[in-house]
Amino acid sequence: MTDDLRASGQPLLRTEGLTRHFRIGGGLRRETLHAVDDVSLEIGDREIVALVGESGSGKSTIARLLARIYRPTHGEIYFQGAPLSKLRSRSDVLRYRSDVPMVFQDPFGSINPVFRVSHGVQRSLKLHRPQLSAAERTEEARRVFEIVGLTPAAGVLSGYPHELSGGQRQRVGFAQALAMHPKLILADEPVSMLDVSIRIGLLNLMKQLRDEQGVSILYITHDIASARYVADRLIVMYAGQVTEQGPVEDVLAAPRHPYTQLLLSAVPDPKAELTMGAGTDRGEPPRVIDPVPGCRFRFRCPLAMTGCHSQTPELLELSPGHDVACLVAQSGAEVMAF
Amino acid sequence: MRTGQTEWLGAGPAGTAVGPALEVRDVSVSYLTKRGEVRAVEDISFDLGRGEFLGIVGESGCGKSTLLFAIAQLLSAPAVLNGGSVVFQGVNLVGLSDDQLASIRWKKLSLVMQSAMNAMNPVKTIAAQFYDAMRAHGVRSKAEITERSVEVLRMVGIDPVHLRSYPHQLSGGMRQRSMIAMALLFTPDLVIMDEPTSALDVVAQRSLMIQIKELQQQLGFAVIFVTHDMSLVSHFSDRLMVMYAGQIAELGATRSVFDTPRHPYSAGLLDAFPSIRGPKVPLTGIPGSPPDLARQPDGCRFAPRCPRVHDACRQRPVELLSVDGVQVRCLLRGNGAIQGD
Repeated sequence: MTDDLRASGQPLLRTEGLTRHFRIGGGLRRETLHAVDDVSLEIGDREIVALVGESGSGKSTIARLLARIYRPTHGEIYFQGAPLSKLRSRSDVLRYRSDVPMVFQDPFGSINPVFRVSHGVQRSLKLHRPQLSAAERTEEARRVFEIVGLTPAAGVLSGYPHELSGGQRQRVGFAQALAMHPKLILADEPVSMLDVSIRIGLLNLMKQLRDEQGVSILYITHDIASARYVADRLIVMYAGQVTEQGPVEDVLAAPRHPYTQLLLSAVPDPKAELTMGAGTDRGEPPRVIDPVPGCRFRFRCPLAMTGCHSQTPELLELSPGHDVACLVAQSGAEVMAF
Repeated sequence: MRTGQTEWLGAGPAGTAVGPALEVRDVSVSYLTKRGEVRAVEDISFDLGRGEFLGIVGESGCGKSTLLFAIAQLLSAPAVLNGGSVVFQGVNLVGLSDDQLASIRWKKLSLVMQSAMNAMNPVKTIAAQFYDAMRAHGVRSKAEITERSVEVLRMVGIDPVHLRSYPHQLSGGMRQRSMIAMALLFTPDLVIMDEPTSALDVVAQRSLMIQIKELQQQLGFAVIFVTHDMSLVSHFSDRLMVMYAGQIAELGATRSVFDTPRHPYSAGLLDAFPSIRGPKVPLTGIPGSPPDLARQPDGCRFAPRCPRVHDACRQRPVELLSVDGVQVRCLLRGNGAIQGD
């Protein structure tokens, strides 16, 4: 199946004009929050795609749309070429959920503390792979726990969640996802609540799952340094829209969108000199309630031109595989905003 | 040693010669639990100069927040202070009554907490919260309170119209800024900050750090800044304390700790996370799990996770010793070879 897909040039997952609005306020003050606006992205086979942006940029909403927790307001999601809005039967939906499972941010809130560690993985195996016998399920649970480095697997499985550290709990999350034979794991900030010294272990696990198990991962994070370490491709979001995307080294070596440049300049780096360029930007989040046309970053952008106030920039390919939604960059000018 | 581009980076701690603003000696704190006594902070001693910026870094459970609470005398059961002294401007805060502490807290020593959303009263405006704080410390004149409130909000770069705002109407960055404004209502000599930027995005975080440093330079207060992110304070603190399992692992000039870490844990923390620049190298992080304070090893606390562990490390506790002006708790003392006592 996947080989056919690769031959046909079809990405594993693709969105087209994906949009999600939320109605807020009541009575006379009815407003619309544009959490995600017109996002078209692709995730390939055996690929880790990092989705970065600040809080309120819409990155978690995208994860929830892809996980079918939210339905899109407009637009479509295609998984292996098939539109998700056409999924009707319960078995189709279950099949999609086992192909595209999610790993959550909070390892302390996502595992039920009153059951043994084996409970979660056993339950999802019963639901998603009902053909397995009880003995096969136990064997499968052991197999996935060993893959994610929770050894001895039998001992960990028969223990309780409180005996595990945050890093181990997050590995349980990945093991549960892996038990479903997934094609794509949606990982929403999987390391942000872990201690600095153990985060890297989880990032290495994600790379290992890509290389050895052949799964793709959508890695949602606000931490660009970790995105660089683990991802093949980077998508930067601002105020519900994609501002820049491309191979991770291309984007980080030569960011073309002023917002990407601002983000990069603000990352604390003890090995480099302190740059004051970003010091003047307060990092105030954008307003996405009933936005008017125009670039959403224009209020913070030192390079904004008159056109930026009226015309919403489209995401255009400026160099192979590297797309930028900025009128200044698209005019051919060199962008050096921060 | 590198120096930064900005003026305040070159400047050392202002007026350290006058004598320390804070002297912490042998502070130990335990939590009395059903499982027994958990020693969260053990024998911490350090001096803080006037106008000095001290960064304290460590992972969850290393005792950094407990230490702050001990300094501010805010410990409550089941935490107990097992001795030691906290001398602030010549007065030992340990053993002072609540009334005596009230005259020092907020006026001379103030705190900025991690989550502004929880630290502020959600049903009161910013003005009302500032008013409460000043009234509680004996300022009676409404005009004076308003004048000072406007002044401190301007200092942190917030438009004074937000005095009428409620906390939920402000962004995360503005909430943290107004917490800092509140801490500055009475020009304190020491501001203690417990991860004030951890809920913020990188851009807001950078902006707030620069603001804190500028205010500190302008007003001359000393800062104790606790964080789990070592790189955050790299350009801002004068000295850095690395804590592990309730003890000081390393304490020295910030640049020195970053350039030549002498404790394997400090070195591990520095290499634990990828950089956005330079060549991409595979990293391993620090193996093992964070320490369990209820079950400490006999020897060096970091020995179970240390890549350079030696037999001698496991035999008895390691002393904190000074090497080239940096205090370090490691038998290696920054050298390759293990030294005998």
